[in-house]
Amino acid sequence: MSSENPSFTNFNLQQQEQKWEDTSILDFGIRIEPPFQEFNQASESEYLLPSNRNNQTKVLDQEDGQNNETLQTGKIQDWDPSAMLNNLSFLERKIHHLQDLVHLIVGRKGQALGGQDQLVTQQQQLITADLTSIIVQLISTAGSLLPSVKHTLSTGNPNGQFGQLGGLLFPPVAGMNCSPQPQHGSESKVVPSQHPTGNKVSDQSHQMDVMGNCGTEQNHSIEEHEMKEEEDADEGENLPPGSYDILQLEKEEILAPHTHFCTICGKGFKRDANLRMHMRGHGDEYKTAAALAKPNKESSSEPVIIKRYSCPFTGCKRNKDHKKFQPLKTILCVKNHYKRTHCDKSYICSRCNTKKFSVIADLKTHEKHCGKDKWLCSCGTTFSRKDKLFGHIALFQGHTPAIPLEESKGPAVSSDKVDGNEAANKVRNINFSLGSSASTGSVAQNAMEVKEDADDPASFFSPLSFDTCNFGGFHEFPRPPFDDSESSFSFLLSESCNYGQKTGGESTSTDLQ
Amino acid sequence: MKTNKKTTMEAPISNPFDFLTEEVIFTILDYLENDPFAKKSFSLTCKAFYSIESQHRKTLKPLRAELLSRTLHRYPHIEHLDLTLCPRIEDSMLNVVSLSCKDVLCSINLSRSRFFTNIGLASLVSSCFNLVEIDLSNGVELSDLAAAAISEAKNLEKLRLARCKLITDMGIGCIAVGCRKLKFVCLKWCVKVSDLGVELLALKCEGIRSLDLSCLQITEKCLPSILQLQHLEDLVLEGCLGIDDDGLSTLQQSCKSLKTLNMSNCPDVSHVGLSSLINGAENLRELTLAYGPAVTADLAKCLRNFSWLRSVKLDGCLVECSGIRAIGSWPNSLKELSFSKCSGVTDDSLSFLVQAHKELRKLDITCCRKITYDSVESITSSCTSLTSLRMESCSLVPKEAFVLFGQRCQLLEELDVTDTKIDDEGLKSISRCSNLSSLKVGICLNITNDGLKHIGSGCSKLKELDLYRSLGITDVGIAAVTVGCPKLEIINIAYNDKVTDASLKSLSRCSRLKVLEIRGCPHVSSKGLSAIAIGCRKLMVLDIKKCFNINDSAMLPLAQFSQNLKQINLSYCSVTDVGLLALASINRLQNMTMLHLRGLTPNGLAAALLACRGITKVKLHASFKPLLPKSLLHYIEARGCVLHWRDKAFQVEMDPKGWKLHFGQSPEAP
Repeated sequence: MSSENPSFTNFNLQQQEQKWEDTSILDFGIRIEPPFQEFNQASESEYLLPSNRNNQTKVLDQEDGQNNETLQTGKIQDWDPSAMLNNLSFLERKIHHLQDLVHLIVGRKGQALGGQDQLVTQQQQLITADLTSIIVQLISTAGSLLPSVKHTLSTGNPNGQFGQLGGLLFPPVAGMNCSPQPQHGSESKVVPSQHPTGNKVSDQSHQMDVMGNCGTEQNHSIEEHEMKEEEDADEGENLPPGSYDILQLEKEEILAPHTHFCTICGKGFKRDANLRMHMRGHGDEYKTAAALAKPNKESSSEPVIIKRYSCPFTGCKRNKDHKKFQPLKTILCVKNHYKRTHCDKSYICSRCNTKKFSVIADLKTHEKHCGKDKWLCSCGTTFSRKDKLFGHIALFQGHTPAIPLEESKGPAVSSDKVDGNEAANKVRNINFSLGSSASTGSVAQNAMEVKEDADDPASFFSPLSFDTCNFGGFHEFPRPPFDDSESSFSFLLSESCNYGQKTGGESTSTDLQ
Repeated sequence: MKTNKKTTMEAPISNPFDFLTEEVIFTILDYLENDPFAKKSFSLTCKAFYSIESQHRKTLKPLRAELLSRTLHRYPHIEHLDLTLCPRIEDSMLNVVSLSCKDVLCSINLSRSRFFTNIGLASLVSSCFNLVEIDLSNGVELSDLAAAAISEAKNLEKLRLARCKLITDMGIGCIAVGCRKLKFVCLKWCVKVSDLGVELLALKCEGIRSLDLSCLQITEKCLPSILQLQHLEDLVLEGCLGIDDDGLSTLQQSCKSLKTLNMSNCPDVSHVGLSSLINGAENLRELTLAYGPAVTADLAKCLRNFSWLRSVKLDGCLVECSGIRAIGSWPNSLKELSFSKCSGVTDDSLSFLVQAHKELRKLDITCCRKITYDSVESITSSCTSLTSLRMESCSLVPKEAFVLFGQRCQLLEELDVTDTKIDDEGLKSISRCSNLSSLKVGICLNITNDGLKHIGSGCSKLKELDLYRSLGITDVGIAAVTVGCPKLEIINIAYNDKVTDASLKSLSRCSRLKVLEIRGCPHVSSKGLSAIAIGCRKLMVLDIKKCFNINDSAMLPLAQFSQNLKQINLSYCSVTDVGLLALASINRLQNMTMLHLRGLTPNGLAAALLACRGITKVKLHASFKPLLPKSLLHYIEARGCVLHWRDKAFQVEMDPKGWKLHFGQSPEAP
């Protein structure tokens, strides 16, 4: 930490790799317990607060980068030249960044020869990281042109490198709100992260701490998220049979509430990380960095063996004996798959009393939206968004919007929520993350909420932790310019009143939440 | 009265109308459309005429909603029902309409009525299935349910929903799906309607010809589907602040059928956005860009190739000389051009412009304060077929310039030279324009009776004369005008301290007079106004504010003879309770302003308000509010009347001198 300043500027560059870095940490996180956070609080804040400043300025860039990714992954099937252009300009920017960095290093070398070896190596690693990301970007861009090449390249090759980078580059990420990225990662099929073997451990314990800390942050979101995504996500994962190990857990094992047990007291844990946190209480020998570190990281130098999972239910498509067997990616996927498909749906929505779920997170997700489908068609179909209803009506002859009879405030209020202007939403979220930068410590607690509607591009960027903040902050935003009073007629005269879609989007999304 | 005359003429002979077929009499009645009293007289002649008239009548504008059922029973063939005079229309009344008119009714106007809901509309629409036109403007209380009710009118072609501020996309969606034959839609000020509703409307109603989307929160997102309408001719996007250049530049579509476009008050739209919006609209005839983009050479260039363009209105725009010059180089001549309140218009550029557009018929250069003699010289020499010229407040134009109008532009029908230096010589010359129907010479301090005499002798078709604050005018001049211009309908002689009862007496000769404004004429009295009341039976609008000498004795003849009176301003007069009660007996009276009536008591006011059944708008001094019983106010408001409470201080002096000083002018007394 002797040279904070240069490294912070460097971090800004790295943050564009976040997608890769974050995903690499997913598995680490599983074994880390929340108390860990207290432990490293001091170093974290010392570390994070300044870096946050820098991050904020770069958030926009970063969003752009992600945007490109989304574009790229979304349009792989039908190649989109504009997406390609985006990618290329992204690359261009990246290369410029890298150039600047190298310039910087060259300049410093002239000044302080020989000193700070550590810094130099760190910078080299950073450059490698940037280069790698450029290469990957190039590959994936090319991959969008050559669909057959894409999968092998993006899933196979870069994995190891990324894993390594992940370990190194992680620290700056902790300050950021990283939760949207994993979501993104699992969306796009370029997920290197599921293979913990590739990760190199960094020696600095505080780095690791932060890593762990962030891991807990993420786990909540990821867990929930993956449940939604997993089945779709590995739908297209064309791993050739035999290229991976198949593991099959037994039914009891899958349904067991805990998978990790304390060898001393026998307490069960869902996550390995939590167990390790727990172990600290049993003596100082469990508090060393080695004991707290992820157990299987030593194997990082060995070739990666891809693990996939099979469902124990015979006849299931996810069972390894099935003709068109499609493996499950992680244990979490197995659990959720098994519960969803082969178990009773014991959780009933308390609002509608009709919808049943076997995974409690699914129920929670549903309850958040249950009863909110206000947009009703005469055919009886309901929609959660007005634009979807209107799209439906435009499509079908004779269907009309159905107006609820007691149309008091309900629809009147929600009628204002214009179809989310995604761009505006993005901007809003970003703005907000600037505002709440001080809340680094409490971020983890808020990170429980995830937006499920992954089809909405805006939600990629919706910073999970800011959900709660949004409540407070956005009610103070300018009122919707078209209020219903007589005075609204004066709006023509006032030049300054530019209502536009954008403000509309802002004010309305508060309604949504 | 007329009725009596007819009966005495026709009764002795055996009725010749017996030999005429009904169709012939119907044709005769068709010719009486313009005279509101004629048909009434006809129907009162005898039972036969009464029934013929009731069979013939197709349009009805009832005054009393409570008599609707009887009236509609009398007239079984009403196709057009105008309820604008009935401020309170309840669902039950709409039910009556639906039961009586059934499938005959084609159009209904509810734009001034309130208190009906979707239930009434639903019953109306369900039995009057031939309804083609519905006007629901100002239905600020109408909800989406009302829109859903309207959507059952499958044959609807014209729909106005201006200011229906509660109707949302959902309602518009219902209408779009239900009324597929819509051709004319006005959604002005429906502030809850967004892109989605408009887009769906354009998708579902492919026959739309005219679409008014003023002041909506729409963006460019709905424009592609609008531009794809095959028959769209008239598009109004006034005050759509969500539409900007960036959005418009993404448009790929073009609307070939578009003829008129209004993009006023869109400050974020420049020539870039405009050109992409009207790209391909080769039939464009009229373009209104008031208070919009700067008039630059680029803007002119992008409009250059619209060969059908006939009318361009650029009111209130920032004007550059290069822009006007570029308009002057267009290959085709415009017919109508408006630069009202464009302060950047100069002599050079305007002269260049008018030389190219020789076929100009209408020109508006109101408040172009930089122009001088040179402009007028080139306008009159190039545009000899000019019919309308508005040049209010062109204060640098010298009096010699106005002579040119009479010499060169004798086709002028409308001339507005308010607040200019025009003098009697100018008026003398203008009197050569024999088609002149509207002349505005307000605040022209250089004109005198002599000038008006010339107008009176030359402009026999004059219908409108504005002499507001033209202080050189006296009774003599007005008398000369009334002799020469018997068709006068609108006259304004406000704030003229030399006008007396003699003027009003001479004005009473103009039997077509509809609007009379004598505000602030201290020397007119009840005598003069009585003469007006007796002579001008068609009087509709009367402003006698600050005519201190007018008292109750003028109100009585007014109440007796001016049965058409719709609007009156009585502020500062000497009218008391008695006069007001007399006025209240005028059936058609809708709008009254009475501030600072010294003789008015709360009781008298209450009685007058109760007696005046058709009143819709009253302006009163706020001091009366606590003095009137609340229940009475509630009752009056429930009848559909809106009470405006004003708290203006009493002005003793009308203060013409102070006003003149304010304008930096001095009166040139004759």
